[in-house]
Amino acid sequence: MENTSLFGRIRQSEAASGLLLVSPTAIYAILLLFAPLATVLVYSVMTDAGAGKIEWVFTLQNYVEVWTGKVYRAIMFRSLVVSMAVTLCTVLLAYPIAYFVSFHVAASKKSLWLFLITIPFWTSYVIRVFLWKVILGYNGVINSGLMSLGIISEPLQAINYNAGAMVMTLAHAYAPFAILPIFVALEKIDRSLLEAGQDLGETKLMTFWRVTLPLSMTGVIAAVLIVFIPTIGDYVTPDLIGGGKIPMIANMIEVKMLKQNEKAIGSAIAVTAMLIVALVSIVFLILNRRFLKGQK
Amino acid sequence: MKNPGLRVYAIGYLIFLYAPIILLPVFALNDSKVVSFPLTGFTFRWFQEMWADDSLREALTNSLIVAICASVIATALGLLAARASTRFTFPAKGGILGLIMLPLVLPEMIVAMSLLMVLLAVGVPLGKHTIIMGHVLICTPFAVAILSSAFQSLDKSLEEAAYDLGEGPISAFRLIILPLVTPGIVSSLLICFTISLDEFIIANFLGGNTKVLSAYIYGQFRFPAKVPAMLALGTILVLLSITLLSIAEYFRRRGIAKTGGKDTGGFL
Repeated sequence: MENTSLFGRIRQSEAASGLLLVSPTAIYAILLLFAPLATVLVYSVMTDAGAGKIEWVFTLQNYVEVWTGKVYRAIMFRSLVVSMAVTLCTVLLAYPIAYFVSFHVAASKKSLWLFLITIPFWTSYVIRVFLWKVILGYNGVINSGLMSLGIISEPLQAINYNAGAMVMTLAHAYAPFAILPIFVALEKIDRSLLEAGQDLGETKLMTFWRVTLPLSMTGVIAAVLIVFIPTIGDYVTPDLIGGGKIPMIANMIEVKMLKQNEKAIGSAIAVTAMLIVALVSIVFLILNRRFLKGQK
Repeated sequence: MKNPGLRVYAIGYLIFLYAPIILLPVFALNDSKVVSFPLTGFTFRWFQEMWADDSLREALTNSLIVAICASVIATALGLLAARASTRFTFPAKGGILGLIMLPLVLPEMIVAMSLLMVLLAVGVPLGKHTIIMGHVLICTPFAVAILSSAFQSLDKSLEEAAYDLGEGPISAFRLIILPLVTPGIVSSLLICFTISLDEFIIANFLGGNTKVLSAYIYGQFRFPAKVPAMLALGTILVLLSITLLSIAEYFRRRGIAKTGGKDTGGFL
């Protein structure tokens, strides 16, 4: 009987209406997201009985195999290196363009520039990735173009089907996801702060380094996470650009879970991938915590 | 324009962004099965081949059905969650909303595979409905984000005025709130539709033998002879999306001009 006060009843009914309203979405997410993730977690500590069957015997052997096996470690390491390289390239290339649009383009032309930047990304992702294969391939556009111009006589092999080509493709695919958050952060900066910096005797470069860059770090951090998380799990690019020869985590999960039908070990890889993503993201956020202070 | 270096960089960057897209029409109109230079002649036959492809039409129909269902369901679920989160406080709010938004920070492959494991274990046959299930899951966070900002910008006193004038919560929602968040609903539908149409991993693994457009295109790339026709398809898709975006942009600008606002350039 402790909730009979008016305040208690309002709170209770407010809580009840809120829960009622959110329940369809919440139940959907519990059934189709939480339950599947829990299943994968349970599978990962069970035993593969062959032919896609799971034997309900608890074991940590899957994790031992995934964390110590040479092939697994090589693929996970490669995924991490490729996605970090992609993130670095994408964000470094994106920052100047976001800066240019925010600081050097007249307000009336900003939407035109954003429009121009986003248009290429309304094309099918699969087609865009394939086009990079066509451009960078052995008999591809660059090689055949340079050869018909007589600049080279042999096709360049350094550009096709390697990790570098994958980085280039992904850096292109995720460009707007990096540009837009940085642009939004730059737009929020009070321009009088920059004038203040210069009035106090800083050079333009130092003003950028000490005022603009720290204030735009929230956008940079968002861009890093937005690019890093999907690229580490990318499936299309390693398959099309790498020609299946340089698989990443997603391809390995597919091979284990579907082609070799070893669900337990596949689940252990999936859980490990999630741990890697979470760990890298958390470390990154901790390293940058001073920029996030005072933000929501 | 005091900084010419930055401007040159920006133009160079745009060329990098557009390089693959510009190649689409070039090789879609080139009379050769091989996608390489030198160009051999002008032809429309890849467009004809693409037009005559029945399985492509089937894939397109599947894609449209999946994208329409997924965007409508995700927007409806997003509407409920966004309203609940902006209007009420309830127990475990952070946890519940965190779970709903989780697909944003999970690699898609993991969402697809874990869902597939459960579907296989339960024995659900794969098809369009399973793709829709997966797409709703990844579209809902976007719908919640868009609609939450629409609800947040609402003036709460409008709703209170409706109550004071004798409306119940449901009619107040229908008469006052819904019309005001309609632009949010429309943009949520459009964004979810686009995400679903372009999504590949879930569509590929949860579709079974049902092919949607992205999975179909992916499959065709295994056959070198089919590539030019796919480039023709890509050309049409690019032209279509540029046209649609230009129309959307035109109306957005007209809307701004009508209300006398300033163009701040945030069309996404």
